[in-house]
Amino acid sequence: MSDAPPPNVPPLIQVEHLTMRFGGLVAVDDVSFTARPREITAIIGPNGAGKTTVFNCITGFYKPTVGRLTLRTDREYLLERMLGHEIGQQAKVARTFQNVRLFPAMTVLENLIVAQHNKLMRASGMSVVGLFGIKSYRDAEAAAVEIARDWLDRIGLVADADRPAGQLPYGAQRRLEIARAMCTDPRLLCLDEPAAGLNPRESGELNNLLVSIRERDGVGLLLIEHDMSVVMKISDHVVVLDYGRKIAEGAPASVQRDPAVIRAYLGTDDGEEAHA
Amino acid sequence: MGPRLPSMLKDAGLTAFVAAALGIFIVGFRTYDVSGKGLTFDYQFTDLAIAVATIFVGRLGLLLAAEGLRWPALVLGAVLGGIGAGPLALPSDFLHWFMALGGLLIIGRALWPWARQRMSTAQHSRRGLLLGRAGAKWFGWILIAGAVALPFAPFADQKTMDLSVLILTYIMLGWGLNIVVGLAGLLDLGYVAFYAVGAYTYALLSTELGLGFWIILPLAGMMAASFGILLGFPVLRLRGDYLAIVTLGFGEIIRLVLINWVDLTHGPDGIRSIPGPTLFGAVFAETAPAGHQTFSEMMGLPFSANQRLIFLYYIILVLALATNLFTQRLRRLPVGRAWEALREDETACRALGINPTSTKLTAFAIGAMFAGIAGSFFAAKQRFISPESFVFIESAIILAIVVLGGMGSQIGVVLASVLLIGLPEWFRELGSYRMLAFGLAMVLIMVFRPRGLISHREPSLRLHPVRPGGDG
Repeated sequence: MSDAPPPNVPPLIQVEHLTMRFGGLVAVDDVSFTARPREITAIIGPNGAGKTTVFNCITGFYKPTVGRLTLRTDREYLLERMLGHEIGQQAKVARTFQNVRLFPAMTVLENLIVAQHNKLMRASGMSVVGLFGIKSYRDAEAAAVEIARDWLDRIGLVADADRPAGQLPYGAQRRLEIARAMCTDPRLLCLDEPAAGLNPRESGELNNLLVSIRERDGVGLLLIEHDMSVVMKISDHVVVLDYGRKIAEGAPASVQRDPAVIRAYLGTDDGEEAHA
Repeated sequence: MGPRLPSMLKDAGLTAFVAAALGIFIVGFRTYDVSGKGLTFDYQFTDLAIAVATIFVGRLGLLLAAEGLRWPALVLGAVLGGIGAGPLALPSDFLHWFMALGGLLIIGRALWPWARQRMSTAQHSRRGLLLGRAGAKWFGWILIAGAVALPFAPFADQKTMDLSVLILTYIMLGWGLNIVVGLAGLLDLGYVAFYAVGAYTYALLSTELGLGFWIILPLAGMMAASFGILLGFPVLRLRGDYLAIVTLGFGEIIRLVLINWVDLTHGPDGIRSIPGPTLFGAVFAETAPAGHQTFSEMMGLPFSANQRLIFLYYIILVLALATNLFTQRLRRLPVGRAWEALREDETACRALGINPTSTKLTAFAIGAMFAGIAGSFFAAKQRFISPESFVFIESAIILAIVVLGGMGSQIGVVLASVLLIGLPEWFRELGSYRMLAFGLAMVLIMVFRPRGLISHREPSLRLHPVRPGGDG
């Protein structure tokens, strides 16, 4: 995984000069990086480095103060100009949240069906035609259920399909949230600390799931992670942020040796290492 | 019960002492206004003694029940309730009620843990689950059959039918608001505004333009839906409490416009002599206007005022059932699931590419549409409307029906409507205690069923259908 990817592959998402200010606070300061399709790009950095802010800009929850976010799939999307829900609907960017955000009272299956909302809305003629229970809509719904069943199979929750999502154990909720994001059929999947709160076994299962999403579904992944075992094992490319600035970028092994990264994580000792 | 009994008796004695100390001046003496001689007073120590004794026994019964001694508590409760409800003459009606309700309370308290345990085991067994689902299904059909047969029941006099029409109107409104509050999770405190829009649409179009009931009905629905969209556009970006306040304001604005736009609405005088609904052109009256036929002439029946009422009853029954069917269908469609998802987590919805604004707008507009249709029925039934029918308390009652029934539950709305609209009417004999009983019922429901009468949510689709005759 550490071998350099062919440079001629065009980036899936290109972040250029991204700056986000909240009043006087500069949360993200002139950050540029790219992520390629079929790769796992990890964004790491100490607490408060601005990782989630970058995510919120990409997924339309914040409007960047400065910067351009270009997503290239079938065509070019300028994400900073799109409304929050359009980014999911048209540009096909999906995300999960640091604190899991499922629809707790709805069942596991329903969570995955809601994720296929836009497709089903079209099939049901904006729900007007669907009112009469026409066959083409019923077929579309059955197909959506099959997609959901596939994902439930992959995350090992088939037996729990009809339980309210809020009743699942924490680790299962995390996996379900990823499956739900994948049910929107995304080109780019943004995961905000997917391994947070998982035990080592669950964390290992998560690694397999993420790798299979990259290999089987051909989706580009953008990953915020604290758990270095996850980052080093599965990511192809690592971007390191500190105090809102990008301090390093490259393959996991090279980033790990980068003195600036070590300083950011371990702190400097009276400035001695600053000259090292 | 041996060692605990003395302390229980002591506790009950103390309670009785406090009651006696408090009651001696309130119950023990009673002042009379003797004409010409000023005030005098009388002793009512028998009343006081009976009340204090009831409190002693009641406290003891509750303590026994709390200790799990079901049988002694049941005996005490039965004795107390028996004396209260029995033929024994007590000094006042109030004491009868007091003892009977006290007895019921003890019996209820004694049976509560047992009932709860039975209920939870029943809920968790597969058979119980199936029975519950079948029961819920059949319960709905039985209710519908009962509703269809009601006008022919021997007890269906004019008063009962009037009340039934009223209850059904609230059921329809409850079902309409259930879309907005129960499914989409948008707290709407001004729902009655759409009801008013529908009512005035019917009143104006029928009196000014002479259009018929069945033509105006969909128009009124559309009119109210447009008002829903008009209000929805600017305010649906607000969440929770803020949305509630704005909708509350909207309800008041509509009412004030109705009062002050005298040229159009006749202001506080309202609109009178609104024509009622017709059946294939036949009117429900003793004599028909020129060019029309009365229903009794058409059917060759003798005229009776009840015919009109029964006709109105069936109209509102059909309208309400249509509302229910429509909602049940929508729940299983993408838009319905999106409403529920929006209620659960709006942020997550946005991340999944669901447009929150348009989704909320559809919920608001469809909810408003049903209120508009119900409003136009209301105008046709009353034949007179004025802004006074559309005050805030109406919105509050409809909201209470939805919340009390259990947010999102269709059967719950029916139960809550019967309870909230029916009980105060049936309890008229209680006189001034009516609202007290009503309040007590509300408090009890909120204590014992904080999530509403029916809090069970049936999934909109299942991966594993629950099959009868399985391994259970």
